[in-house]
Amino acid sequence: MASAAVWNADNGFVDGILRGYKSGILNSSHYLNLTQCETVEGMKYISSAGGADLNENVRLQLSATDYGNFLQNEPSPISTSTISEKLTQRLVAEFDFLRTQAVQPLAKFLDYITYSYMIDNVVLLITGTLHERDTHELLDRCHPLGVFDTMPALCVATTVSELYNTVLIETPLAPYFANCLSAQDLDELNIEIIRNTLYKAYLEDFYDFCQKIGGPTAEIMGDILQFEADRRTINITINSFGTELPKEDRKKLYPNIGRLFPEGNAALATADDIDQVKSACEVFSEYLIFFDQAVGESTMEDKFFAHEVFLNRLAWQQQFHFGTFYAYVKLKEQEIRNIVWISECISQNQKDRISSYISIF
Amino acid sequence: MGYYYAYLAGISASVLTAVGLYLLLTGSGEAFNVGLLLQTVSPYSWALVGIALCIGLSVTGAAWRDQEATQLVTFRGLACMELRSLHVDTNQPAVKTPRIQSRNLISIIFCEVVAIYGVIMAIVYSAKLNDVAPDMLYSASNMFTGHALFWGGLTVGLCNLFCGVCVGITGSSAALADAQDSQLFVKVLVVEIFGSVLGLFGLIVGLLAVSLDSILRVYVVCNPLADKKNSLSFPDWQSTRLPMKTSLY
Repeated sequence: MASAAVWNADNGFVDGILRGYKSGILNSSHYLNLTQCETVEGMKYISSAGGADLNENVRLQLSATDYGNFLQNEPSPISTSTISEKLTQRLVAEFDFLRTQAVQPLAKFLDYITYSYMIDNVVLLITGTLHERDTHELLDRCHPLGVFDTMPALCVATTVSELYNTVLIETPLAPYFANCLSAQDLDELNIEIIRNTLYKAYLEDFYDFCQKIGGPTAEIMGDILQFEADRRTINITINSFGTELPKEDRKKLYPNIGRLFPEGNAALATADDIDQVKSACEVFSEYLIFFDQAVGESTMEDKFFAHEVFLNRLAWQQQFHFGTFYAYVKLKEQEIRNIVWISECISQNQKDRISSYISIF
Repeated sequence: MGYYYAYLAGISASVLTAVGLYLLLTGSGEAFNVGLLLQTVSPYSWALVGIALCIGLSVTGAAWRDQEATQLVTFRGLACMELRSLHVDTNQPAVKTPRIQSRNLISIIFCEVVAIYGVIMAIVYSAKLNDVAPDMLYSASNMFTGHALFWGGLTVGLCNLFCGVCVGITGSSAALADAQDSQLFVKVLVVEIFGSVLGLFGLIVGLLAVSLDSILRVYVVCNPLADKKNSLSFPDWQSTRLPMKTSLY
């Protein structure tokens, strides 16, 4: 209640802007129009002209929505990657606007959102360096939300401690690195361990921060982050089958939050196949559906995304909390994935699979 | 921040305990006397503080609500904006739903009503103030008027303050709901109206509190002795107490 009484003094403006952005998220009828497109070209206009001709291309459909004419200046054979890039740029521009308007503790909260992208970028750069890819190419592929100044320097590091001491110590990720300094050489498995250790530390830190804010923020972000933790736990378990990762090490990668923690995590730590994972998770009826192979053709990953979208959608049912900011970024990401999926299907003539996008509103 | 409250509570509890024990153990426990305070403070003080609280808290409530509401109207309404063409040539932010700004002026008006309640009650209360000869000041009816104005003013002020907060929060939700779906406006407005009625309750109770005053006057007029008998003239009262206190030692 206290947060509601003083909410608008600090966050009213940013919240208003955010709700404005939110109403621009594509709804099911937009998607329906998009899937009717014959060419990706039309997609450019999806965002501008509501009742566009169904034979129009994706470009046209997009211009009917809030995206406006954001693809207008692109040369005509428009590729899926261009669309994805432009959509991401737009999301980042919106996010940056919110970030500059935000005051504490919202500003810190928004920073926390970017940390997960930073982790992804760090891992991407290390992996790329390991495979001796071109630095510029790698930097282009980094997610713009997780960009930080010293990022290019990551490409020269060869050991974890070097990585930490020269680059990461000045980033907000430094405290998360405390647990993975023991790993010596950077190989495929170690990088994966580093990624998951970092993400575990990040999730726990973010969770603590949200609980400290309290009120509806703690409640809603608690649900979302707990699911995120569970999803990672399940993914780590399944992905570690058939690798040389020892079970004790696997257990160390599980985040110490989430609904599966601690009993479920303990059961997953000893699991050897997918059936054991399933029996560990079936305590929660919401999680059962992830293992249900019969439903449609959607993969487990898709079902995780669908559940994430569901949780993020719930965040909009309440007011006076920060969860909406997180939810907006995540929903927008899903939207980008959807549009990319649809335009991929159109450009590759795979119209029968086009409907497996996840509708948001 | 959490520790701050704990420190504050701990320090005030120990100070209160120390003072209380000191008073008790030095035989001056009677120095802590709420009754004395209530009776010896001038009725004028009570009345004027009450009026000040009435108007002050009401205006605070209205301002609180305005803080929420102006955000609504200026920011939600005017600027539920969308940076429509961020990386295209025109870099001008556009207002997303301009229609909500005129509608949501209604919630602003609700909150101004709260301030007006405060002003009206302050005027009604200040009409109760009269010039009284010093020796008549502590009569029962004057004490009653003083206390009635104080507590009435506090009632009106707090009611309006919480009414302001309440309407502010619902008004903020109303603007958001309206921006998303214009059909919701009337529905949320009903909730808002119920919130704004809280201020009216305070107004009614505040009026009743001072109108009891005239009932008491009638009682005093009918029983001329009543006022005399209940007179709590401060010097007399103290002189009757002093011998008792000295007899303790």
